[in-house]
Amino acid sequence: MIEKSLLLIALSSISVLALIAFFIFGEGLPLIWKIGPKAFLFGERWVPSKGEFGILPMIIGSFWVTFGALLLGIPLGLACSIFLCEWAPPLAGTLLRPAIQLLAAIPSVIYGFWGLVVLVPLVRNHLGGPGLSILSGSVILGFMILPTIISISEDSLRALPPSYKAGGLALGATHWQTIWRVLIPAARSGIVASIILGMGRALGETMAMIMILGNAVKMPSSFLDSARTLTTNIGIEMGYASGDHRQALFATGVILFFIIMILNSSAIVLSRRRGD
Amino acid sequence: MKAGLMKIYLSSFILFIVIISTTMGCQRSKAGITVAGSTSVEPFTELLAEEYMHLHPRSHIYVQGGGSSAGIEAVRSGVAHIGMSSRSLIGGEKSLYTVTIARDAIAIVVHPKNPAIDLPLVKVREVFTGRIKNWKELGGADRTITLVTREEGSGTREAFQKLVMGKEEIALEALVQDSNGAIRQVVTGDPNAIGYISLGLVNEKVKALKISGTEPRLENIESGRYHLVRPFLFVFNGEPSGEAKSFLDFVMSPEAQKLLAREGLVTSPSKSRED
Repeated sequence: MIEKSLLLIALSSISVLALIAFFIFGEGLPLIWKIGPKAFLFGERWVPSKGEFGILPMIIGSFWVTFGALLLGIPLGLACSIFLCEWAPPLAGTLLRPAIQLLAAIPSVIYGFWGLVVLVPLVRNHLGGPGLSILSGSVILGFMILPTIISISEDSLRALPPSYKAGGLALGATHWQTIWRVLIPAARSGIVASIILGMGRALGETMAMIMILGNAVKMPSSFLDSARTLTTNIGIEMGYASGDHRQALFATGVILFFIIMILNSSAIVLSRRRGD
Repeated sequence: MKAGLMKIYLSSFILFIVIISTTMGCQRSKAGITVAGSTSVEPFTELLAEEYMHLHPRSHIYVQGGGSSAGIEAVRSGVAHIGMSSRSLIGGEKSLYTVTIARDAIAIVVHPKNPAIDLPLVKVREVFTGRIKNWKELGGADRTITLVTREEGSGTREAFQKLVMGKEEIALEALVQDSNGAIRQVVTGDPNAIGYISLGLVNEKVKALKISGTEPRLENIESGRYHLVRPFLFVFNGEPSGEAKSFLDFVMSPEAQKLLAREGLVTSPSKSRED
C-alpha cells in the first residue's frame, strides 16, 4: 500500500515535467510554424506589437553572457577546487566549503541587487556605457556558477585512486606537475561535467539578469552593451503578453528547453565516463 | 521504524492536500466581484478595494493584474465584473461601458544633474527613435544618451507610444525595464539616462522635464496644456449594477477620489464620468 502510494507520488513529480514540456511545446510550436522556424531563430528584430518575433539577439545574448561567466568561473572554480583538494589545511577546508555552499544558497535576486548597486555603477563610471551590460551580468553569473563548478570538480579530483598521485610523485614530478599532468587529465570528464552544469545554471538564470543586463533587444556588439537572454525575454514580458506575443514567449521557452536538454544530457554522458 | 516514518510523511502529505482544498473552498464561499486588468491601475484599485471592504465587511473584491487588454477581454467574456484599462478603448471594445476613474500623467524623467529642463515633444520623439544619440545635440554635454523604456505590452509603454511616438518605433537599443520603479532606479543611477514613468512616482531622485515649455503639474494637466496624459478606466459589460455599481459609486465618491489624488493621480470630479 505504502509502496504503491510512494510510487504514485514519485511518478507525479515526473509527470509534472511531462506536463510542463507538453504545455510549452503545445503553446510555442504553433507560433514557430506560423512565422517559420528560420524567421524565428534567425530574425534580428523582436517587435511583438508589429508581429515581428526574431530571437537571434536573445540567443546571441545568452551565449555572450554564458561565455563571459565561464571565462571568470572556470579558472576561479578550478583553482579553488585544486586548492581545497591538494593544499588546504583542514581548518581552511572546513571554513571554505560551507562558505562556498552558502554562495549557492544566496537567492539570485540578492546577487542581482548587489550587482545593480555595486557593480553596475563601477562599470558605468570606469568603462563607459550604461553599466547595465553583458560585462556586469557575466561577472555576477561567474560568481553564481562557482559552487557548481567547485563542488563537482573537487569531488571528481577526490574520487581518483591515491596511487595516481603517489605514482606521479614517485616518478620525480613536483606536486604541481603531478596535479597538472596527472590528476587533472584523469579527472577531466568530471571537471567538464561540472563546467557544463555551470553553463546550464548560467543559461537558466533569470532574476539577476533581468536586473543587470538592461534587457535591450538589439544585437549586442561589445561586452559593454546591454543584452537580453532567452530567459529574461520570457521573464520581463510575460506579465502583459497575450495572443501571439504570449505564444512567442512559450516558443522562446521551447528553444531554451532544447539548449538545456542538450547541455544536461552531455553532462550526464560525460560524468558516466568518469570511471573509465 | 522505516514504515512508521513513511506513514508520517504520507499522512502529512494528505493533511496538506486537505488543508489546501478546504482553504480554497473557504475563499470561494465568500461572494464578491472580480476586478482585472492594467497593472498600472491595479495598485490604486487594491487600495480602494481595501477601503471598500472595510466599509462593507460582507462583500469581497478580488483585484487581479494581467494588463489592460486582458482586463477588457475578461469583461467581455464575463470572467471579470470590472476591467481596468490604462488606455482608451479601441475598435470593437468601444461598445463597452467605461468610466474614467482618474487620469495619470506620464513624465519624461532624467537625472537631477542633467542640465536639460525643457524639450519639445518632437525632440523627445527623436531621442526615443534613436535619431538623436548624444546630449550634445540637445545643448548638453558630449555624452551618449541612455534610453530607458518599458517592456512590450506594458500599458505605460502603449500610452507613451501613442502620445509621444505616434507611428515611429522606440529604438531597439533602448534599455528595457519591467516597472516604473525599475526605470526610476536606472535614471537615478545614470546621469545620461532618459526614461518615462507615471507622474505620481516622480520623486526628488529624478527630474521631470518640461515638454514644449509646459511643466507636468496638476493645473497644466487639468487645463489640458500638458498632453502626456492617459485615462485610468473602469470597463463594464453594459450598465453596471449590483455590487459592481456599489463599488463604482464608492470609487467616484469624494473621499475615494481624494485618496487617489493623494496617491499622485489626477482627479477632476466635475467631468470624470464619460460614456
